[in-house]
Amino acid sequence: MTLSHCIALSLILCGIGLFGMLTRRNLLGILLSVEVILNGANLNFAAFAHFKAADPVAGAIFPIFVMAVSACEIAVALAIILSMYRRKKRLDVYRLEELNG
Amino acid sequence: MADFIFSHSYLILLCPLLSFVLIGLGYLRSDNKFVSKFAITLSAISLSYALLTALTYLISVMGHHGLPYPEKIALDGAWLNFTPTLTANMGIYLDPISVMMLVVITVISLLVNIYSVGYMKGDPSFNRFFALLALFSFSMLGLVVSSNILQMFVFWELVGVSSYSLIGFWYEKPSAVAASKKAFIMTRFADAFFLLGILLVSFQSGSFSFQTLNSPETAALLNKNFIFAGMSINMLTLGTLLVFCGGWGKSAMFPLHVWLPDAMEGPTPVSSIIHSATMVVAGVYLTARMFPLFAAAETTLFVIQCIGAFTALFAAVIAITQMDIKRILAFSTLSQLGYMIFSLGAAKVCVEGGGHHEASVNLLGYSAAMYHVFTHAFFKCMLFLGAGAIIHAVHSNDIMKMGGLKSLMPKTYWSLFAACLAIAGVFPLSGFWSKDAILLSALQSGHYITFLVGLVTGGLTAFYMFRFFFLIFHGEARSELHHVHEDPWMTWPIVFLTIPTIFAGLLEHFFVHRVIPPHFEEAAHFAHPGWLPWLATLAAFLGIGGAWVLYGKGKTEAATSLKRLFGPLYTIVYNKFYMDEVWLFFTHTVVFSYIAAPIKWFDRKVVDGSMDLTGWILQVGGKGVRLAQSGQLQFYLGATVIGLIVFLFLG
Repeated sequence: MTLSHCIALSLILCGIGLFGMLTRRNLLGILLSVEVILNGANLNFAAFAHFKAADPVAGAIFPIFVMAVSACEIAVALAIILSMYRRKKRLDVYRLEELNG
Repeated sequence: MADFIFSHSYLILLCPLLSFVLIGLGYLRSDNKFVSKFAITLSAISLSYALLTALTYLISVMGHHGLPYPEKIALDGAWLNFTPTLTANMGIYLDPISVMMLVVITVISLLVNIYSVGYMKGDPSFNRFFALLALFSFSMLGLVVSSNILQMFVFWELVGVSSYSLIGFWYEKPSAVAASKKAFIMTRFADAFFLLGILLVSFQSGSFSFQTLNSPETAALLNKNFIFAGMSINMLTLGTLLVFCGGWGKSAMFPLHVWLPDAMEGPTPVSSIIHSATMVVAGVYLTARMFPLFAAAETTLFVIQCIGAFTALFAAVIAITQMDIKRILAFSTLSQLGYMIFSLGAAKVCVEGGGHHEASVNLLGYSAAMYHVFTHAFFKCMLFLGAGAIIHAVHSNDIMKMGGLKSLMPKTYWSLFAACLAIAGVFPLSGFWSKDAILLSALQSGHYITFLVGLVTGGLTAFYMFRFFFLIFHGEARSELHHVHEDPWMTWPIVFLTIPTIFAGLLEHFFVHRVIPPHFEEAAHFAHPGWLPWLATLAAFLGIGGAWVLYGKGKTEAATSLKRLFGPLYTIVYNKFYMDEVWLFFTHTVVFSYIAAPIKWFDRKVVDGSMDLTGWILQVGGKGVRLAQSGQLQFYLGATVIGLIVFLFLG
């Protein structure tokens, strides 16, 4: 397993996530896609830290940060989605247009 | 002690200012009686201090034996620093003419204030009137004591503003509003040139102060030619002419005179103060103030002389035909101002000696002009106050509706008799002396045409003043008169003014030999023809006699037939040579349609149009951008990704 494999995997993850974000109509699905992209990024961090950095621990800290922050963010996002679902009884982003500018 | 008095001479200005502020802001709103008392008291304080200053000035310079009297800068403080070398100060400048004007203005202002109590009784804007009157006095006092030309310009404009609000005092009357606008715009028009003149002269000489401007060095510095549009122009001539333009408008010289007769729309006390001590004499005063500089510019003096002489004759001719009591006086003022102006212009003698052209200054022209300002202030003020009292009694401005007021208003009758004799130039009243001095200066300086014009104007003056006098007071009443009585508030100022009207002639020697600019020595002796006073008196009596023949019996048949004889000529003169119409043609047709209309088109279409186009583009662009703001996260994301890919491939 080389760095290239890891980068390829993270690119695939990013692509899947991006595809999901662009195509899913369900807000929850989009949220999941965001998670996939973040994980792709985390994999990149970890892989570069493992193969290139003098001190691999320093590189491993970044994915942990990202996970912590995304966990908080997801919690907020889920709260918003839940309240929205309670109001509208639907999560189709094409139908939630009253929030546009 | 003297210095203490001089350094507090700002009090003369402060009193009217205080009066204006307190009354104007309405602190004394409650009570008309208190307001008038307050205004009169402050005016009296101002007068007392002016007299004190004048007396101190006289005493302190009497010890100074060499002529001319020195000038004094009583107060001086830096005001505007333009560059390290060019600074405008605020100061109080005392020299013979400014001290003289201080006294005249404060005397007239006090009397007009007292008179106004009677005249404005019952007017709903009683307090506003006193406030504005105080502002007017303040501005004029500031004007005469200014130590530099920029300060003078500030007060000059203040005089313009306060006259604007006083002429249009009865602002619910459309004619009054039109008159005030006319006065303001016409004088502003002239002031624009005045400002240009100030800029030119001060920029070249590097100073605003009159002391520097009037020095021979400044005249020499300015006296150089420059080429403009293929013409060689003398800087000194141009500068002094531009400065004189200010006086041209304020003193209402032809052809800028048309605002003055219309200014009669204001209350009569205002006309009185404008015509005697303030506003219109500002132009004469400016010319006298800058006289040493003007004297260096022969062309300018010649222009001043021509304009003055022409206006004197022109206005006197119009005055003969007018029917409105105040308009006769207005044209008479114009004519007298013409005297003062041409006298200043004639203060230069050209001597052909030894083949080369030499010029020297005959200071009699200067002193005589200032003397005439002094005497004229009193009798013209009284004539206007008298006219106001008569209008108040008869409720009409038309002299054809008056007549027979002699027995009803005896005090006014005798006072105005003195004033008419004085303005006609009858010995020994004040007008005789000052007019005689002016004619003498014209004669001595060899300006025979001007002298002749002055003489003829003198005869005409006597004629129209006595036409006015006889038509008002003599013969039968030509309209029904009810309750004609003399209000003491109005009568006593009129009566009081007979004192200077009759006795100011005693000051002739003092004026002619002492009131000369500080930068000149007394001139050489000129011939004094003994026949001149006789000739002037003869002209005056011819005029009075003519008036007596035509109007003296209170009958107007002879005058009417004479009027018919002259037919069209009379109509032209009666309509003031159609000068108003000429101006209207000029402003409406020439200015409005050939200058203003194209400019308006350019402004509306090009200037506004380009602005509108910009706005339109922004609006449409905004609409387009708003379409992209759908709020669809996935659309944004897609655009980002596509953009990113495009950049990757491009970069």
